[in-house]
Amino acid sequence: MQAANRPIWHITFFWRGAIPLDAHSPGDLQSLAIEERSLFMFRDSNRRQFLLQSVTGFSAAWISAQWPALVAAAEHGRREAQLAARQRLEFFSPAEAVEIDAISSRVIPTDETPGAHEAGVVYFIDRALTTFAADSQAIFRDGLPELQARVTEIFPQLAKFSAGTPEQQDQVLHSFDGQAPKRAVRAFRPSPGAATFFETVRTFTIAAFLLDPDTGGNPEGIGWKLIGREREHMFQPPFGYYDKDYPGWQPAATQESAKDGAKK
Amino acid sequence: MAAGRYAGIRKGRREEMIVDQPKYKPSDEVDFVIIGSGAAGGILAKELSTNGFRVVVLEQGPYLTAADFTHDEIKVLREDLLTNKPKLQPNTFRKTPADKAVRQRVLVYGRCVGGTSVHFTANFWRFHEIDFIERSKVGAVPGSTLADWPITYADLEPYYTKVEWEIGVSGLAGASPFDPPRSKPYPMPPLPVKSSGVIFERAARKLGWHPYPAPMAILSRPRSGRSACVNCGFCLGFGCEVGAKSSTLAAAIPAAERTGRCEIRPNSYVFRIELDSRGRAIGAAYFDEHKNTHLQRAKAVICCANGAETPRLLLLSANKLFPDGLANSSGYVGKNLMLNSGGVICGLFDEPLNDYKGYAVSRVLHDFYELDHEKVGFYGGGGLDARFDFTPIGFAVSGPFGGLPPDTPRWGKGFKDAIAHNFTRTMEVFCHGTSLPVADNSFDIDSDVKDAWGLPALRMTYKDHPDDLKLSNWLFDRGHELFDAAGAKKHWGYPAAEQQFAVHLLGTCRMGKDPKTSVINADHQTHDVKNLFLCDGSSLVTSGRGQPTMTIMALAFRAADRITALAKRGDLA
Repeated sequence: MQAANRPIWHITFFWRGAIPLDAHSPGDLQSLAIEERSLFMFRDSNRRQFLLQSVTGFSAAWISAQWPALVAAAEHGRREAQLAARQRLEFFSPAEAVEIDAISSRVIPTDETPGAHEAGVVYFIDRALTTFAADSQAIFRDGLPELQARVTEIFPQLAKFSAGTPEQQDQVLHSFDGQAPKRAVRAFRPSPGAATFFETVRTFTIAAFLLDPDTGGNPEGIGWKLIGREREHMFQPPFGYYDKDYPGWQPAATQESAKDGAKK
Repeated sequence: MAAGRYAGIRKGRREEMIVDQPKYKPSDEVDFVIIGSGAAGGILAKELSTNGFRVVVLEQGPYLTAADFTHDEIKVLREDLLTNKPKLQPNTFRKTPADKAVRQRVLVYGRCVGGTSVHFTANFWRFHEIDFIERSKVGAVPGSTLADWPITYADLEPYYTKVEWEIGVSGLAGASPFDPPRSKPYPMPPLPVKSSGVIFERAARKLGWHPYPAPMAILSRPRSGRSACVNCGFCLGFGCEVGAKSSTLAAAIPAAERTGRCEIRPNSYVFRIELDSRGRAIGAAYFDEHKNTHLQRAKAVICCANGAETPRLLLLSANKLFPDGLANSSGYVGKNLMLNSGGVICGLFDEPLNDYKGYAVSRVLHDFYELDHEKVGFYGGGGLDARFDFTPIGFAVSGPFGGLPPDTPRWGKGFKDAIAHNFTRTMEVFCHGTSLPVADNSFDIDSDVKDAWGLPALRMTYKDHPDDLKLSNWLFDRGHELFDAAGAKKHWGYPAAEQQFAVHLLGTCRMGKDPKTSVINADHQTHDVKNLFLCDGSSLVTSGRGQPTMTIMALAFRAADRITALAKRGDLA
């Protein structure tokens, strides 16, 4: 990747671009309408939307004052509904799901802390491919056979990716991201959909692992726990180590003279 | 006015009491049709309806409210919940007019009621005196169309104050020795400092610089029925679920609706401003959500569609009188695009900052606002701020462009260990600076590519002025110095690259006295069409040093006064 500064818009741009948009079918007004309708259907699974609807008639200031209690009250039902929604496959066959689970487990492996497997990433990807990311299906339809072809080429004795050792699996995955040792891998001619296969699995895995647990991914909050993101909707200062003893803002000694020498 | 006052139709869409809103027919000639409901359109809607005028606001996006907002990074960022839709609204890009434009996404802007003010960072410092008179002070800059504004800081000062008090801005007056004079303190104290702000402040002081509490358009205290910030941590890129961010959606549009004279009409995509045979604007033609077309009649048209869509709409509105685009006798419609220069340096610390908590920016410094061009060897100026504006997925997924050091593996155990350790221990120094106006840098239309409504796509032509890149790199060096002074464990960034993507959309229908070199006058009235006004980022003559929304809102408050005076004098009839 080109070494250039992350520009001003880094979040809004690069993350938007992180899941290839090229794969999308051409949109039209109808798809927009559907998108916007689905947005409102989606609200049922959203804790804050539920809360804000349930307190219609109260002021926003009241909401912020009551926030922690409201959040706790909403938690229970939401979690039950979410657990029930897990662990059904709609896009992948059980055998395919095992392979996807194995790949995502190399992206975020399980060690002393839980990884992609424990976070149920494969179920998130499965659901994504039948809902908001349905236009990425081809990447997986092409990618899974491509994965198998590479396994067979690199490790002829290996039946499936998921049967490999972690080291073998990493070697196969490196053949997708260009970091494989040259001697181990011959030139692959990936089918068009497969070109972005591993990158797409990687992106979906990270997204599933770190998505706000209340919005459909990462059901137990495993990913947030790993990165230290507390699962609260409201925080009070002090926030971290460096602001806990902050005495309050004081003008600098050079405050008055600064403006005179303003030009650097 | 048409009969249909309604109440409660948007059931569940408004958390406060339902207020009657007028429902005009397109054939009703209202006083003003405003195109766009963002930072400028929302303010103008409030001011003009409060002043007694009948107003229709046509907004291309949906009418979402706090109840529709979510922390779902996939829906909001990947699916563009609040922003322009690349699937429906394709863009093209080229570096210079000599190149063939290729299809790529070139911008993000708010596409919902409230516009970009719904998802912005809410940095809200004022432009300084120099920004309005820089051409006179520094002289001509080769390769640039740098010009003075037809108004000065003093003209705008009362309106900056009005923005702070009317929409709600938190800050500490007098805290920056470089701040321009002000007539009134901030209405609210600054938001609580973050660990990134404390690190920044201590390091900057060691270096002899003057950090100060960032002025933010986010409430630090409950105000006008709106909640104070709850520090939820999903701020930049997201809509505020408690209405603490001072978007026009939260802070202006409810007041406009309460007048009973303003209709906000969402899902209304304007494709043409219509003129009569005398060359007067008669209204705005738009697609409704079913793709049916209507003409909303009005005595005057105010276009606040942003620095990309405003020039595009004028070019789409070419007619017999204006074959090169409406109000484009100068040829300046779409030209002189400025994006602001700058970028980010990241730093990693030993202890948790937990900077994901709260809003983005708590400290800023403007010691470099006016650089000595002789000494540094380039034109420009800027500043630094302390922030953490990553959300969890964005932090981890974007490789070297996310929040992780460049040598971090993209997956596997090394990746997992890095996100586990770094997410709470990382901060950014954000460098913000000037963009020089360059005539060839522009937004216009590309007839080879059509949007989902069959209209020519938006085309961006952009190549940074060399001084903008020099300035960015100079500021990055200051960012690294700051992290060294702060004792960061590690800090990293990348050299400035030419920009191909826009968030700040500035200068493309600039304000000026001379109709040959500007599109609007100081009243925001187009030089060519008496009852057509433009007010948004396109009006800016210079780029400031980043963070233009405060100035766009101040201009909108001022424009409302000017337009009201003209209308009351009968000058628009």
